[in-house]
Order: sequence, then C-alpha cells, then structure tokens
Amino acid sequence: MSKNVLVLGEAREGELRNVSFEAIAAAKQIAGGGTITGLLIGDSVENLAQEMVQYGADRVITVEHADLKQYTSDGYSQAFMAVYEQESPDAVVMGHTALGKDLSPKIASKLGSGLISDVTAIEGEGDDAEFIRPIYSGKAFEKVKNKEGLLFFTIRPNNIEPLEKDGSRSGDVSSVSVEITNLRSIIADVVRKASEGVDLSEAKVIVAGGRGVKSEDGFKPLEELAELLGGAVGASRGACDADYCDYSLQIGQTGKVVTPDLYIAIGISGAIQHMAGMSNSKIIVAINKDPEANIFKVADYGIVGDLFEVMPILIEEVKKLKSTQTV
Amino acid sequence: MNIYALVKRTFDTEEKIVVKNGAIQEDGAEFIINPYDEYAVEEAIQVRDEHGGEVTVLSLGGEDAEKQLRTALAMGADKAVLINTEDDLDEMDEFSAAKIIAEYLKDKDADLIIAGNVAIDGGSGQVGPRVAELLGINCVTTITELKLDGTDATLVRDVEGDSETIKTALPLLVTAQQGLNEPRYPSLPGIMKAKKKPLEELELDDLDLDEDDVEPKTETVDIFMPPAKAAGRILEGDIADQVSELVGLLNKEAKVI
Ligand SMILES: Cc1cc2nc3c(=O)[nH]c(=O)nc-3n(C[C@H](O)[C@H](O)[C@H](O)COP(=O)(O)OP(=O)(O)OC[C@H]3O[C@@H](n4cnc5c(N)ncnc54)[C@H](O)[C@@H]3O)c2cc1C
Ligand SMILES: Cc1cc2nc3c(=O)[nH]c(=O)nc-3n(C[C@H](O)[C@H](O)[C@H](O)COP(=O)(O)OP(=O)(O)OC[C@H]3O[C@@H](n4cnc5c(N)ncnc54)[C@H](O)[C@@H]3O)c2cc1C
Repeated sequence: MSKNVLVLGEAREGELRNVSFEAIAAAKQIAGGGTITGLLIGDSVENLAQEMVQYGADRVITVEHADLKQYTSDGYSQAFMAVYEQESPDAVVMGHTALGKDLSPKIASKLGSGLISDVTAIEGEGDDAEFIRPIYSGKAFEKVKNKEGLLFFTIRPNNIEPLEKDGSRSGDVSSVSVEITNLRSIIADVVRKASEGVDLSEAKVIVAGGRGVKSEDGFKPLEELAELLGGAVGASRGACDADYCDYSLQIGQTGKVVTPDLYIAIGISGAIQHMAGMSNSKIIVAINKDPEANIFKVADYGIVGDLFEVMPILIEEVKKLKSTQTV
Repeated sequence: MNIYALVKRTFDTEEKIVVKNGAIQEDGAEFIINPYDEYAVEEAIQVRDEHGGEVTVLSLGGEDAEKQLRTALAMGADKAVLINTEDDLDEMDEFSAAKIIAEYLKDKDADLIIAGNVAIDGGSGQVGPRVAELLGINCVTTITELKLDGTDATLVRDVEGDSETIKTALPLLVTAQQGLNEPRYPSLPGIMKAKKKPLEELELDDLDLDEDDVEPKTETVDIFMPPAKAAGRILEGDIADQVSELVGLLNKEAKVI
C-alpha cells in the first residue's frame, strides 16, 4: 500500500539543514509511490519550499506566524497538528535534531502513536520497511518495525543519503494558517555558543581534539584543518573540562553523537564515553603519541606520534591536495 | 512541593555488550541508575532542600530495579515506587512505558517531575516528553539549570550547544542534561536510612491498566552488533612520510577528502 508521508523540514540560519533532505529520501523509501509532502514551520519560510521539492518532495505546506520565528514546543506542536489534521498522513518523518527530539515524542503522545527515534538506516521498502537504530550508545543496533497506526520516525543526521538535487522539479506550495495560543514556555534569552559555520552533528568531517592538545591555542591548528576540509571542530570531555574549548563541542555519551564521513581524533585517548559519540563514523583517523591508546582500536588509520609535530605537516599536505583539487 | 524523579535501571556504560539470539545478554552485567536520571534525582533533592516538600523516585521495570531505587533513596529521596511489569508484560515500547508511568502520576498532583533526557540503553529520549503530554503539563527538555520562585520557573536549556533561557511555570516536567548538577554519592548514613524508607511496589492491576491498554505500537524484531571493523592500519616510517601517506589514503582509498 502506498503511503502519504509528511516530512518536517528544518532550517538553520535561514537555510534548510541537510537532515531535511535526508528525511525526504527516507520518506521516499517507505512511501511506496505515495505523495511526499514537505512541511515548513517558521515566521518566513516560503522561500525554502522549492528546495524541498528539488530534493524530492512532491508538494510543500508552509505554516507562517510571527510566534513561530523561534522554536517552542507549544508553537510548533500547534502548527504541526493543524497540518496533520488537514492531511492525515500515513507516515511522518523528522530529523533527530534538538528540535526533532523535543517535538516528536510530544506529537507521538498526542496522537497516541508509536515513534521510532534516531534511525540510522532503513531496510526494505514501503510496508516492509524495517528501521535500524543504535542502542546502548551505539554498541549494538536494533531493528524495529511499526506494528500499528501511524508510522512515525526520526532520522539521525548524516546517515541516510539524500536524493540528487533536481533543479527542474516543481511542486505545489500552499499555506496553512494557525492561531498560536497559550505558549506555556517563553524564551527569554538565547546564548549562542555552538561554533559558527558547519554544524557539528551534520559535518562530513570532524577534527576533534583531546587533552593531548594541551591548551586553547593548541586548538588553532585543528580549526585550520577543519576549515580546509570543510568540516567542524569537536572535542573530548577531557579538553572541555580543561577549558581548552567550549562544552558545546563535546562529543560522546554526554555530548553530541556524530557520524561524519571522516573523524580525526587528535590527542584523544578513546575513553568508552567518548567512543559512544563517534565510533560509528565512517572513517576514523587517530593521532596519538601512545601506541596503546584505546582510540587505535576503532581507528581505520593511525599515526603514533607527537601531534605538535604531525599537525603542521598534515595541514601543509592537505593544502597541497586541495590546491590540486580546485584546479 | 511534590517532586517526582523518574529513574531507569540501565546497563553500566562500561559494560561490554554481548548479543545472543537477538537479545542483549544481561547475565553478570553491572546495572546502574541511568546517568541522566542521577542528575534528575540530585536536582529533585536540591529543590526539596531549598523549597521544602517531598521527593518520590519512580521506576518502571522488574524486581531488580529495587536496587537502583534504594540508591536514589540513599542519595536523599524520601520514598520510592516500583511499577513492576515483570509478570504482566513481555513486550513494551516507549508508548507503553510512558502510558504506565503517566497513569500512575495522573492523580498525584506533582508540581515538578524530573526525568533524564535519554536512557543510555534504549536511547529514544521519548519517555519524559510523552509522560508530560499525557498529563497535560508543560515539558522542557535537556535543561542545565533550574530556578524556582513560587510557581515561576526559570530554566536554561541546552540546544545543540546553545543555551536558551526559558520562563515557564509549575506544574512542569523537565528532562536533565549533563551540567545540571554534580550528583552526590550516597553516604553511609544515607544508605542505612534508605533501608527503612518506604518503597511501594505496584502492578498494572493496581493502576487499572490491562495489557491491551499498553500494547506497544512498535516492535523490535532483531538486535545485533555493529559489523566488526577490520583492524585499522598504523602507519610507519618518518612522521612526514606517514602524514603524506595518510592524506593519500584518505583521498584515494577512503575517498573522504
Ligand atoms: C558519566 C561520564 C560521562 C562522560 N561523557 C563523556 C563524553 O561525552 N565525551 C568524552 O569525551 N568523555 C566523556 N567522559 C570522560 C571520559 O571518561 C574521559 O575522561 C575523556 O574522554 C578523556 O578525554 P581525553 O581523551 O581528551 O583525555 P585523556 O584520556 O587524558 O587522553 C589524552 C590523550 O592524548 C595523548 N597525548 C598527549 N600528548 C600528546 C601529544 N603531544 N601528541 C599526541 N598525543 C598526545 C595521550 O597519549 C592520551 O591518549 C565521561 C565520563 C563519565 C564518567
Ligand atoms: C521486547 C521488549 C521488552 C521490554 N521490556 C521492558 C521491561 O519489562 N521493562 C522496562 O523497563 N523496559 C522494557 N523494555 C524497554 C522499553 O521499551 C524502553 O526501555 C522504554 O520504552 C524506555 O525507552 P528508552 O529506553 O528509550 O528511554 P528514554 O525515553 O530514552 O528515557 C528517558 C527518561 O525517561 C525515564 N524513563 C525511561 N524509562 C523508564 C523506566 N522504565 N522507569 C522510570 N523512568 C524511565 C528516565 O528518566 C529516562 O532518563 C522492553 C523493550 C523490548 C523491545
């Protein structure tokens, strides 16, 4: 049976996040030919609608309201529910981002539905689809099926390939208007600590430093390398605790969980709590002076050596490579 | 103030995971309070000490969860409730878990409920927000700070590294993020006292729920280990040669740069 699927798009600093395109690809896989409807919620989001179509959505619904400029659970729930009631989709997909993690269980509870969170892969298509998600901090995986009612899942960024962008596609964009009432939470202030530029949870390349980096200044070469590779800087808790960098960069069980294509661990020992956040990365490089360091157990490539000797050469080599790639 | 903390018994994070016949082997493993729920218990105790009232810790699970509840009592919680589903349920999902917990809480007039933001085993992060929704109370997730003034609450919420200051009011459910506090270790006198604190045990029947009401919406069909990684390559030679080889490999073999 084909399914009509509603996909929540998510913008960051005025641009759609990659996970939104990945969510459309996931929706396509389970739709069995049904209609994929993109949903955009915000104060001014209509300009993003066509991009959802170019990545595979068939049509897009926007909900715009001044009170939806910032995410609040109540505001977004009301907007989502208005569209849900109009559309009665068979399936809903969101990103497993801060927003998705907050919103999805509230919506699932309102609807009395199941919810499969943090999906990293989908096996099979249409009604036979089974969802793979990490459990025990990525040390094991479970395969989950929907038993009854609405199929609702969130996908972990960076795991499901988006469809090729097709600039020639076009689709209908309509709007739904809502009254936003009774916001129980008011955001009084936002302090931005997360680094500008590439978002850690969506970065394709992460250059992460640990206590071995030794100082705040020691992170500068890591930043340079990350920038060269179009990636983001991450850190171990050891480095955060030592004040070399902000906690917003922490990767691990109590920090962010990331799955980039390339993770370069520099002066990180590879504690189990750190590995919980990065061990599912596609390629892992470890640079550590201790040949016995745990991190080498998950590394695809390792250099045993002093990072202060390695980093300048590594940056030069990458620059060399990049200069041949851009011509 | 009537305060509840939700406590899940989980595998110790340091434990090696063994999967056999599509199930996690639990024999001989160490179990702990889910680390985020330790923050929840600690915060509940601090709020009580500042504003008065009572802290109840609540766990859903089997008989074995009594140990984690005793630990929470030893930290300083006043009483504990164990909803034991061992005999009633073979299958559960987040929908079922939240439904049972909310059914217990619905007539308790809780002012503040604190949950962990995620359980390190199941990892869905659903139970807190689902319970709040079922109770019809406001929910703020991943908080790192909580201040109360009468029924007004000021919270700081971690949003992928950014901090949002949120103003809201009780009754409220919050979920704890790392940074909220430093959970205390139970003291020896605390452990002695905990033995005498009330621990109530309930079954589904006592909540007027039967199996059908909590029939899971999703089903786990398999559990498996991640594919074993081929042994990595430790490069050799001069550092300069190693680095240049590495960049070559990342570019040509791994194709990631
Ligand atoms: C409940 C709990 C939750 C936790 N959550 C997290 C989490 O989310 N994320 C996290 O990262 N940690 C977490 N931790 C902490 C974790 O256990 C480790 O303490 C931490 O990851 C260590 O950080 P590190 O590897 O930077 O430091 P260290 O373990 O001190 O390692 C430093 C490494 O740098 C190497 N080194 C030093 N100098 C050089 C040099 N000049 N050149 C090359 N290499 C060098 C050393 O050989 C060593 O391997 C948690 C701990 C607990 C108890
Ligand atoms: C076949 C099968 C059988 C299962 N049987 C059981 C069972 O008998 N008992 C059982 O506990 N689980 C059982 N589970 C697991 C259960 O479905 C999940 O653990 C539950 O849905 C919570 O999801 P989570 O682990 O992702 O928690 P999350 O939603 O990530 O947890 C977030 C927070 O919610 C609170 N919370 C979550 N679970 C509990 C709890 N059980 N008690 C108190 N607070 C909680 C905690 O504060 C926690 O930090 C079973 C699962 C399967 C697949």
